[in-house]
Amino acid sequence: MKVSQGSDCMSDTQLDADVTVNAVGSSCPGPMMDLIGKAKDVEPGTVIRLQSSNENTEPDVSEWAEKSGNELVEVVEREEHWDLYVRIND
Amino acid sequence: MTERVVIVGGGTAGSVLANNLAEEVDTAIDTGDVEVVLVNDRKDHVYKPTWLYVPFGEKTPEDAKRPLDDLIDRRVDLLIDRVDGIDTESKTVSFDGGRGPLAYDHLVLAMGAQVVPEETPGLAEGGHHFYGPEAAEELREELAEFTDGHLVVSVVGVPHMCPVAPLEFPLMADTWLRERGLREDVDITYTYPINRPHGIQSVADWVGPLMEERDIGVETFFNPERVDPDEQSVHTVEGRELSYDLLVSIPPHDGSDIVREAGLGDDGWVDVDPATLEATNAEDVYALGDIAELPTSKAGSAAHYAATSLAGRLASAVRGQRPTTEYDGKTVCFIESGEGEATYIAFDYDAEPTPKPPSKLIHWSKLGYNRSYWLTARGAL
Repeated sequence: MKVSQGSDCMSDTQLDADVTVNAVGSSCPGPMMDLIGKAKDVEPGTVIRLQSSNENTEPDVSEWAEKSGNELVEVVEREEHWDLYVRIND
Repeated sequence: MTERVVIVGGGTAGSVLANNLAEEVDTAIDTGDVEVVLVNDRKDHVYKPTWLYVPFGEKTPEDAKRPLDDLIDRRVDLLIDRVDGIDTESKTVSFDGGRGPLAYDHLVLAMGAQVVPEETPGLAEGGHHFYGPEAAEELREELAEFTDGHLVVSVVGVPHMCPVAPLEFPLMADTWLRERGLREDVDITYTYPINRPHGIQSVADWVGPLMEERDIGVETFFNPERVDPDEQSVHTVEGRELSYDLLVSIPPHDGSDIVREAGLGDDGWVDVDPATLEATNAEDVYALGDIAELPTSKAGSAAHYAATSLAGRLASAVRGQRPTTEYDGKTVCFIESGEGEATYIAFDYDAEPTPKPPSKLIHWSKLGYNRSYWLTARGAL
């Protein structure tokens, strides 16, 4: 997993997300649940960008991705939230 | 000219708000300067926490109901009808019963949440729940016949009504089965979507060891994507499978299509400012209770405290004053922990709760509060 820093107006990631889930402002476990809800609906190979301002989201998503066979590919730190890029596998 | 406040939904949030507001602006209502209209789609107020006790034969759905007419201040105009649309441009709500549109100066949405087990394939056919009067009674019948096998209590949907009910059910079932001499013949498993048994860390830290002590299995990172009613098995996003003999789920919840169609929240929950409860996407629209997208639990107490706060804001607004009251996320939940004991948690937007040691006193306090709840609905507590 790559961790990088960006800004709200410019992304330095090479990844293109297929869908974005905005969970900024949600308390735990809101962001995780929003991600899992979206993961149920999308095709394998989809990259989901989960936006969260909760500092616990990254370790939770990292652990979930490992257990579920998905992949937390990259985390980009923004000014007031994180963008977590998760690839949904088969 | 009369300033009209329309409240949609006569549950805890709507009822407490209507009664508190009517008391705050009683003179203005009497002089015709302010009108408070409460719209509900049925004549009864329902206190949903009662349903938890129905499967164990300790309450009936009738215990959860009182006529709104008996609970709501006489100064409030009570309208029994179903709202089927909101136009935030013309500031009107429409009804599906043929009644003409109703104009508002201030609109408060308090329609609550609904359960949608059908969103998870096989769940409606293969599982039971206690989030409705009929469902809770069906579960009571199933539980009464259940003498051995695997009881699975699975949290499928988050967010859900009452943050702690999913914990209370397996703990109460454990005691109920022990009292009936059946516990040795029944395995109980509780499942939760994330990596601990509850979303609130301190509650997870408290209940994990308690469930272990009660021999209740805990499965985490468990997100059902389908249920096979014939095979009696739950299949998860994580690729796991769990067999059951009796499945009790906390089903997926949903907000309202009316909210989506009015552009007030893409997911059916109303996007609001957490402190002022003002809708993000429309002027003079507010939301509270389960329908509001708030960074706290969907709990009756949250609805209650938010309603008293919003009553203050609306009273200031109709008086032409600058509203200063804000909701801080205050939430208080009793938690039945089995063996005739209970604990409680209190928290807000900034403070995590610390569960107190369970006791019989708190259990009886919870039952006592449930009986005195009707004073809360009346705005007296």
